[in-house]
This record gives sequence, C-alpha cells and structure tokens, in this order.
Amino acid sequence: MKKLKILIVDDSSVMRKIVERALRQAGLQLTEVLEASNGAEALAEVQKGALDMIFSDINMPVMDGLELLKQLAAVESAKGVPVVMITTEGSEARVVEALAAGAKAYLRKPFTPEQVKERVQPLLGG
Amino acid sequence: MKPIANLVQQTPGQIESSWKPILECAAVEVFEMMAGVHLEPNPAPNEEPRGEQTAMVGMAGALCGMITLRCSQRASTKLAALMLGEDAASNTATANDALGELCNMVAGNFKAKINALKDQCMLSVPTVISGEDYALEAADPNEGVTVALTFDGELVWVCLIAHT
Repeated sequence: MKKLKILIVDDSSVMRKIVERALRQAGLQLTEVLEASNGAEALAEVQKGALDMIFSDINMPVMDGLELLKQLAAVESAKGVPVVMITTEGSEARVVEALAAGAKAYLRKPFTPEQVKERVQPLLGG
Repeated sequence: MKPIANLVQQTPGQIESSWKPILECAAVEVFEMMAGVHLEPNPAPNEEPRGEQTAMVGMAGALCGMITLRCSQRASTKLAALMLGEDAASNTATANDALGELCNMVAGNFKAKINALKDQCMLSVPTVISGEDYALEAADPNEGVTVALTFDGELVWVCLIAHT
C-alpha cells in the first residue's frame, strides 16, 4: 500500500488523534501526519509542500472547512490532493456543499476504521 | 421559532417516550464505534446521575437545550484509553477532551436521527465540568430525558434537556 503524508485539520487535538488512530487502524501507512487546528493553519501547511491527502473538519473557528476547500482551489500544491471532510453534523446540506466545493469524500462522526477504509481506499489511486 | 413539540408533532409529555430510545441508540452507536465498548442499560435505571466528570454540548435552533454525558473519572479515563491509547489517557486534560468529543458525537448522532433536527439544529463546542457538587438549572419550561447505561462495571448517564 502507498505510504502517505497527510494533513489532519480539526480544532480539537483529541479529534485529530482519533482520526490518525482510525486511519492507522484502517491499514493506511502514514509516513508523516501534519496537524492544523483551523483552515488558515491548514493552508499554511499545504503551501509548504506536497501532501497525499487532507482530512478536515467542517466546523472550526478562524476558517472553517468549507472556506478551506474554496481557498485550496487556488493553491498550486493542493491540486489533485484529495480532501476528505469529517463532520459531526447530521446536515446533508453541509455535506453536499462540501462535495460541491471540491471534497472527494466525507466521514460522519462516529466512524469505524472499516468506514474510514471504505471512503479513503478509492482515493488512493492504486 | 417553532417549539420543538410542534416540530416533531409531539406534545411535550411525549418527548421522553419518543426520544429516549433515540438518545440511547445514539449513545450506544458512538461508544461502540469510537471506544469499542457496548453500553448496556443500567439495571437500576432510576439511579440519579453521579460522577466527577460531566461533558455538555449545547443545542440551538429547532431544538434548544443541551446533551450531557456524566460518568466517574475512572470511567472517563478508561474511555479515553480505549479511544486514544493508554499513554494519551494518562493526561487528565486529554481524557476530559475525549469525553467532550464523545458527548459531541452523541449529540450529533442524536440529531442526525431526527429529520426535523438534521439541518435545523446547531451544536456548541463541548464543555467538561470536573466535580460532583453542582446543580444544573435549565431555563423553564424544559423537559429532560435521561438514559442510564453501563459498560465494564462503569455507569454512564446521557441526558437531553430540551427547552420547550
């Protein structure tokens, strides 16, 4: 399996740890895990260099996940990097909005490692 | 704003009977998926909630109120260890944050199961109270639903307090 450098964006440090743990339990080989607590911090990380995948919460202070998606569209180093949105919201409208803004998949909390694998595997491109 | 009783076509007195099983289901799913534990009903369902740790998440919009998750410090640490690993759980602040996230997910999962709330109810960030000696006073009129659960010999209470 491809080894991945990923970015996890969530204002909760515990949630970032939970997501990383779930990704590892899902069998993903993570070589580097970068973290950001909001969209603005995430943009700064993205501009530093190539990533294989971004996992982002939707509701965050400073810059939320939907705005992050819009801003990423203009960042050269983010081109082709799949973004998976993670949300507690039951709101389908927010999910639809995220997918329309460029997210490749979404995970609704709570999630199992199996669900993570199911959503992420198709994005790995072999 | 429409009162929640109208929104879900219930009279206030029906909230407990209608929403209690949904709240229980929401909690059971979250604990199972995120901590790998299966919650069972507390054999003493009317036991008053107690425990040093209380996580709270506010709800606003079609339903105004809050969901709380209360348990002992030991139970909270156990849950954090299951969610994050033993090392992370040894830090009290991390264990509290993990309890807050569990409460947040229970609230999110609860509203996701009720069509009238899905897109019309916002959640606050979680808050965790440490300590047992407090009283929670919600604005009147309100109704509460409490679900008493247990795992691995530990007691957990999930409460919904709705401003009606």
